[in-house]
Amino acid sequence: MKLFFHFGRYFLLIKRVFSKPEKLSVYTKQILYEIDKIGISSLPIIAIISFFMGGVITIQSAFGFTSPLVPLYAVGFTVRESMLSEFCPTIVSLILAGKIGSNIASEIGSMRITEQIDALEIMGINSAGYLILPKIVAGVVILPFLIAISMFLGIVGGYIMGLAVGAVTSYEYIFGIQAFFEPWKLYYSFTKVITFAFLITSISSYFGFYTEGGALEVGKSSTSAVVYSSILILIFNFLITQLFYT
Amino acid sequence: MIEIKNIHKSFGSHKVINDVSFVFEQGKTNLIIGESGSGKTTILKLMVGLHEVDNGEILYNGENFPTLDLKGKQEIRKKIGMLFQGGALFDSQTLEENVRFPLDMFTDMSKEEKQERVNFCLDKVQLTNKNKLYPGELSGGMKKRAALARAIANNPKYLFCDEPNSGLDPKTSIVIDNLIQSLTKEFNITTIVITHDMNSVVEIGEKILYIYKGNPWWTGTGKEIFNTTNPELLDFVFASGFMKEIYHAVKNK
Ligand SMILES: Nc1ncnc2c1ncn2[C@@H]1O[C@H](COP(=O)(O)OP(=O)(O)OP(=O)(O)O)[C@@H](O)[C@H]1O
Ligand SMILES: [Mg+2]
Repeated sequence: MKLFFHFGRYFLLIKRVFSKPEKLSVYTKQILYEIDKIGISSLPIIAIISFFMGGVITIQSAFGFTSPLVPLYAVGFTVRESMLSEFCPTIVSLILAGKIGSNIASEIGSMRITEQIDALEIMGINSAGYLILPKIVAGVVILPFLIAISMFLGIVGGYIMGLAVGAVTSYEYIFGIQAFFEPWKLYYSFTKVITFAFLITSISSYFGFYTEGGALEVGKSSTSAVVYSSILILIFNFLITQLFYT
Repeated sequence: MIEIKNIHKSFGSHKVINDVSFVFEQGKTNLIIGESGSGKTTILKLMVGLHEVDNGEILYNGENFPTLDLKGKQEIRKKIGMLFQGGALFDSQTLEENVRFPLDMFTDMSKEEKQERVNFCLDKVQLTNKNKLYPGELSGGMKKRAALARAIANNPKYLFCDEPNSGLDPKTSIVIDNLIQSLTKEFNITTIVITHDMNSVVEIGEKILYIYKGNPWWTGTGKEIFNTTNPELLDFVFASGFMKEIYHAVKNK
């Protein structure tokens, strides 16, 4: 029952978010601001995680493939495949759901409880549009770039750490990451990323927007935002994978 | 002019506003007074549509607000300047950006014109040169004053102030009261001020609605209030011994 309620209210909110903006110039400014806040500030954590994950996957596969039948370039190939199609788009998005999601929900939630959203409404502004649209647009625009950087750093991390521990040779690794490349998998990955970006920003905004009460409830909204964004990312990951692979 | 007619509001089974009617006149400072929890803020929120009335009419120059569609409501809201009880300044923006916000949203003023207007408004509430401070860096009273600056920035036709001088010292209080009154006169605004401050009641109360437990209990002017025989209002007015002494001193002169 509760689920249907949230579902209905979520779609009504999204409808309000995408109604005609009051003043385009103000929105453009907000979008740039959000891109900076959502995107640029997430770069360090993404860089560190991707670099190390690339390294670890390289080492695991290099020492895992003990059969002489597996060619040595398989390591590079494995790193590329897992980074491009699963780790970067899905796992990094899940991590961002935690970071961006809680941030958005608590920001909008505290605006709600301190009547800042009411103040916007009283001025005759569509508060849902003004607050949420820039976040969704910024997320959908910037996340693909973040994930692309993550993919690149993952592969670089694999190379550097693989060489450092003597797991691969430079030639094999570079040959491996280029082997059997199928471009449609990039479409698949980035379809996921854009979907996840929309889910994270809109769901977190939703929970923030309908916060009721005080500081305690802001905390709860922000937890719900992360939990529900993560679950929906997993569900959509499954659905989109079905769509592309079958 | 704004007229409310027989408005009712309950939260769940808790009846908060019971059959209140009043005419808020243009060019006058209309006051809503009453004890804490009597429903003053609720009346204001009903009037701007932050709560929906259960029953009754809210007429802005004859237009019944609750029955308007969102667009119609927004058109009226653009003419309202509202000071919230808690200030409701935008945390992520500086004072200057807060005050400029309605100008950015709804006017085509140039950058310089906006800057001039912002400085003018900050000046009026005695926050000159505090442009770059964030709300987090202000005292409670300063927040109130900044919020008032934002409320008057875009020359509102209707000005609603929820306790504009709670948290202010007596001297600043008077400055703010006088500011509200002079704006009301100068721009012929329909002003509604919620207050428990007897000083304000006497100073700027041209038309007063006294709310007692959600009921309209007394109406009159700031001068008439001292001659009331209404027992609850007497209690409210003369809650402090100081008030009584002044009253008798003045009366016996
Ligand atoms: N959103 C709400 N949900 C439920 N009850 C509410 C809500 N808002 C106000 N109330 C109740 O309505 C009554 C009147 O509240 P209101 O805020 O209008 O009082 P007030 O006269 O402005 O008091 P104060 O002078 O302390 O600001 C209170 O009993 C309060 O508990
Ligand atoms: Mg109040």
